[in-house]
Amino acid sequence: MATTSAKTMYEKLWQQHLVEEKAGETPLLYVDRHLIHEVTSPQAFANLKYHGRKLRHPERTIATMDHNISTRSIEINAAGEGAANQLRTLEKNCKEFGITLFGMGHKNQGIVHVMGPELGLTLPGTIIVCGDSHTATHGAFGALAFGIGTSEVEHVFATQTLRQTKAKTMKIEVNGKVGKGISAKDIILAIIGKTGSAGATGYVVEYCGDAITALSMEERMTVCNMSVEFGAKAGLIAPDQTTFDYLQDKEYSPKGDVWKQAVADWKNLKTDDGAQFDHVLTLDAKDIKAQVTWGTTPGQVTAIDSTVPSPDDFTDPVEKESCIKALAYMGLTAGTKITDIKVNNVFIGSCTNSRIEDLRAAAEIAKGKKVSEGVTAIVVPGSYRVKEQAEAEGLAYIFTAAGFEWRLPGCSMCLGMNDDRLLPGDRCASTSNRNFEGRQGRGSRTHLVSPEMAVATAIAGHFVDINA
Amino acid sequence: MEKFTTHQGLVVPLDIANVDTDQIIPKQFLQKTERVGFGQHLFHDSRYLDNDGKQENPEFILNSPTFKGASILLTRENFGCGSSREHAPWALQEFGFKAIIAPSFADIFYANCINIGVVPIRLTDNEVNELFKHSSNGKLRLTVDLINNKVTSENLSYNFKLDDFHQYCLEQGVDSVGWTLNKLDKIEEFEAKMPAWQ
Repeated sequence: MATTSAKTMYEKLWQQHLVEEKAGETPLLYVDRHLIHEVTSPQAFANLKYHGRKLRHPERTIATMDHNISTRSIEINAAGEGAANQLRTLEKNCKEFGITLFGMGHKNQGIVHVMGPELGLTLPGTIIVCGDSHTATHGAFGALAFGIGTSEVEHVFATQTLRQTKAKTMKIEVNGKVGKGISAKDIILAIIGKTGSAGATGYVVEYCGDAITALSMEERMTVCNMSVEFGAKAGLIAPDQTTFDYLQDKEYSPKGDVWKQAVADWKNLKTDDGAQFDHVLTLDAKDIKAQVTWGTTPGQVTAIDSTVPSPDDFTDPVEKESCIKALAYMGLTAGTKITDIKVNNVFIGSCTNSRIEDLRAAAEIAKGKKVSEGVTAIVVPGSYRVKEQAEAEGLAYIFTAAGFEWRLPGCSMCLGMNDDRLLPGDRCASTSNRNFEGRQGRGSRTHLVSPEMAVATAIAGHFVDINA
Repeated sequence: MEKFTTHQGLVVPLDIANVDTDQIIPKQFLQKTERVGFGQHLFHDSRYLDNDGKQENPEFILNSPTFKGASILLTRENFGCGSSREHAPWALQEFGFKAIIAPSFADIFYANCINIGVVPIRLTDNEVNELFKHSSNGKLRLTVDLINNKVTSENLSYNFKLDDFHQYCLEQGVDSVGWTLNKLDKIEEFEAKMPAWQ
């Protein structure tokens, strides 16, 4: 029965963090954890200093180096002059304001959205922000997590709060069981294919249904990570035993009685029966096939066993125009079978797909195989810890024996801020999250896929249906 | 932040949907530690044929003499999607844009605009279509009247909405950090009641 007091998880998180709600002012919310990195923080620190303001809670702020860094060397200078300046600026700022920094060579260093969860810095029932749009990743734990701009980074530094307009709520229910070989990446790409690239703008999305609760924490992170790719403010998954088991005994997780209290509180976070969402979308898990993007927004995605669409397939004039533009940029002809598209690059990494389970799944397919001639393939683990683990399990050896390059952790070719960049006309099967024009290098062409599909593509030299 | 009350300027139509912040300011220009110096790299990959930004692409609308000096950007849905980089609105502002008109904006980009004093204006699809028709000859000058929430020209007039507080901050050029720092008592009160695990 629907009752007026039934609340969604988002409404509970909102209420629990409301510092002040006043007529004529955007509500003020408390921020529990602030993650920072080298690219979007320097101007915020500079403004803070300019105004002579203090950083309110250095202990709630954690820094790492990820966006700009070399994946070939842990030396700061290896990143190049501009990047090195940003990295040193971060070091200086963290020292000056008393912030813990996991810098180059530190055992906790890694992509901010890989590092936070694996250390237990990401907890259910918290608000987590970071000057990076893929902060949505942390929603996998039932944390309200979203990306912010540098002015907001400064606001959080000074006040430990943010002003936020209340979002609308969307429930995305994925019912049933996915078929064999279908990954979390395929689930989220299929969702984006259904909603379009802006389908959830103004919404906080809650993912639920059997196919979601069956996912591991790392798989849930892959799903929530890409919430921003269809416009959502944040993505949420209700914390459950899978969440608690993952977090127990992590370095920064609560311990002892505090842990017990935390779990008791977290169990109350889930959406109440009968709570109303502004929008509901339902998918049948068994219909989801392996996905490949063909265009220049993540919403331009299709199943592996289909063909490149034609502008005539779209009735909306804006979508039609976007299709024409995307096909021209991607160098694709309508009607081409997806499996006939050849690639010369493969990237396995990013905050979407660089965790140990991703690498295990990828290595399973790479085992005993060889990367196709003419294909350059790199594997970039998400963090130093993932790297160590993958080496200890022999995964790194499987990759290198198959002809993949095994790199040091960082954001790498997901955004190409460092020297891991494609050349004009290069075509890449990538486990990252954005296929925008020029994202991996000017004139380069990106197809988003799961780690399993990326490896299979590297071996074949073209897309293949791994489940056929 | 500078106060914004009204602005009159030339409209440049950028007829592309889903313009992401990677297009607005590509990654290779994000290595600065200052807030300035981004305008020259705005839309770099579309604006320049070379990597050094010396050879202008004559086909890109911002290079057209017809639209030189434009200060109002007209564009399509989901503008500013993708990366949270505030460098994107910094670049637009430094280039000379005071307001952006689109049917919809990505959430983070929208907030970033408000925070630096660039006015993001949502109009309906039909209104945006109409503006595209009127602006293609490079003669459409619009007045953005923030006080009355109107976009007008001699023959056109549209209403738009902003959140009350956003409007107040833009009009008054409010230092939002300073504003919140005046509420430290509320923040301290909240912190005193937080559970130990939080």
